[in-house]
Amino acid sequence: MIRLARLGAIGLIASVLAAIGAEPARLPADQLAKAVRSDSISIPTPGELFAALEKPGKTDWSGQYRGPIPVTYRNRAQIALNLGGLIADGFVAVEAKDSQQVKNIGSDIIKLAKALGVSQNLLSRGNSINEFAENNEWDTLQEELEATQNEVKSSMQSHSDQDLVILVSLGGWIRGTQVVSGAIMHNYDERSAKVLRQPALVKFMQSKINEISPELRGEPLVKGVSEQLPGIEKLVSFPADKAPSLDEVRKVNEAVGKVMEEIENKAVAK
Amino acid sequence: MKRCLLIFLSLFVAVCIPARAETDAEVQARKGTLDLAGAFSNDGFKIRDGHWCGAVKPHDHALIAVNLYAGNQYWFSVGANEPAKKIAVSVYDETGKQVTTEDYNAGEKAAAGFAPANSGQYFVSIDLVEGQAGSFCLVYSYK
Repeated sequence: MIRLARLGAIGLIASVLAAIGAEPARLPADQLAKAVRSDSISIPTPGELFAALEKPGKTDWSGQYRGPIPVTYRNRAQIALNLGGLIADGFVAVEAKDSQQVKNIGSDIIKLAKALGVSQNLLSRGNSINEFAENNEWDTLQEELEATQNEVKSSMQSHSDQDLVILVSLGGWIRGTQVVSGAIMHNYDERSAKVLRQPALVKFMQSKINEISPELRGEPLVKGVSEQLPGIEKLVSFPADKAPSLDEVRKVNEAVGKVMEEIENKAVAK
Repeated sequence: MKRCLLIFLSLFVAVCIPARAETDAEVQARKGTLDLAGAFSNDGFKIRDGHWCGAVKPHDHALIAVNLYAGNQYWFSVGANEPAKKIAVSVYDETGKQVTTEDYNAGEKAAAGFAPANSGQYFVSIDLVEGQAGSFCLVYSYK
């Protein structure tokens, strides 16, 4: 009897230990808060966002084109924000497999990048984009667009323009989110809508903007965009296991559309 | 005077050191990482053009935040240098709970792959399992 009780106790202890062992490990909140956050890894590219949207069904990418934007901006912050948006447009054209559109956007990217005085290497990137577009090399084109975006950013860093880097990423995210929310609105699907949930990403970009020089942060366009980010953060803060409704997607689209309109058309002094 | 000196030093650092330069060991680690990530490209994964290099120490981990999309599949590949002998990669969700991953471990190279059910922030941890402090580099791939 005693032996049976001992065996039972051992069995119980073993089960408890097994249950404890089965619990997945956890990192405490203070460690999560200390995690590194970097532009080159923590901010996804528009290509990643579009790849996720592509899964549940066919997307009408060409339906998300916008008209050509001016490439004559003189304000550096406005150029950086629009450069990010144009790179996202490049990814849209690649998804649409539209070589002429890719070439047009590639040419505008180079014009804007030159206006910022970034590296001459970008000219060869422009030539590569044209060549890959003519040969319908879509995967390579996507890599080339990512490389172009990184080259613009590293050139900014080496020209002591590192404050502009986050604006390129932000412009790309805003345009990418406008495209994706627009596409979801036209063909609503719960699984697709889940890609819009990115509160931590918006918070991170806001924190990076808070780190840029007070002069740049005080410029009307940057100030205006920055002031709208907390509202956008709320709009993309859905519960993790719940897809946003069509109405919630529409609200995200309207909010980012308003910011994009400002980025594209606001008259800003040099 | 002291304040002026501090301001001058801050400006000097800001102007002269815009970004931390990579060490030779980190460049070497990146090469190993790209070799590993290249293997996933055969399965249609695209390597994100960006990386994170640093140092990993015994009884410590290196942790980076990433923002991922539900619907995509991801592989996080890491390569380290001697004297680090064995490393491990694990992924945690935004609440800090470890997520189940498909793992690849080969000494100083390791990778973790998974498909997030929810979009949002995740954390990738690089742990030194065997050996001494060394440099590592992380890249990720998606499809």
